[in-house]
Amino acid sequence: MAKKRVLVACGAGIATSTVVAKTIEEMAKANGIDIDVKQIKISEIGFYEDDADLLVTTARIQKSYKFPIIQAHSFLTGIGVEDTKKKIMEELNK
Amino acid sequence: MRDITFDESLILYDLEAETNEEVLTKMARNLASKHLVKESYILAVIERERAFPTGLPTQGISVAIPHTDIQHVNQKAISVAILKQPVEFGVMGENDQTTPVQIVFMLAMDEAHAQPTLLQKLMQLIQDEQALKYILMEKNKVKLKHWIRERLGIQ
Repeated sequence: MAKKRVLVACGAGIATSTVVAKTIEEMAKANGIDIDVKQIKISEIGFYEDDADLLVTTARIQKSYKFPIIQAHSFLTGIGVEDTKKKIMEELNK
Repeated sequence: MRDITFDESLILYDLEAETNEEVLTKMARNLASKHLVKESYILAVIERERAFPTGLPTQGISVAIPHTDIQHVNQKAISVAILKQPVEFGVMGENDQTTPVQIVFMLAMDEAHAQPTLLQKLMQLIQDEQALKYILMEKNKVKLKHWIRERLGIQ
């Protein structure tokens, strides 16, 4: 299976995406999945259209892209974390 | 790498404001007055909050974590404000929802992808109802400073 390329995006690409990226990296490691995580700003998503398998974000994305989008602000609020993790794992295992 | 700045001068008690812009302006001005951020940070953080709101409705006490691009920052810092009255902030990741915020953690970060451990600890703190209650209740700034520094693992 090819290494999954995961984009993690937030408004500034510095704070919430850092937390989400770290959580995903830890999840992947715990499940023995090799992934490539790239942390970006929302405004940069378009540049990665052809270079990602999944987008995880803390913001609201109105546009649609070639890859699926998962909302992960549960990683910040703690509400619905397991559900979000499940969705991400399903994509990583595809 | 210099450590993150957080001292009692960056803790604002009983901050009075009608709108979230007013909260952001007061907190950002305080950071700018200490030259931790540039003057441009003030408008930038307001604009960023408008485009990408940072209000987080947790189990009970809502918080917000405003921040903006690294080029507006001179030295990384955190400022904490306890609001006199809750102020509505847009909810992160939602379109038109707002949440009445009582505690604001303003982040001034000077590099991307840095401080993951500190940020993760901050998120854990935000999810800890007892911790938020303590922050609202603690009237001694020095105690609160030490307590927050310890929780966030700031040396």
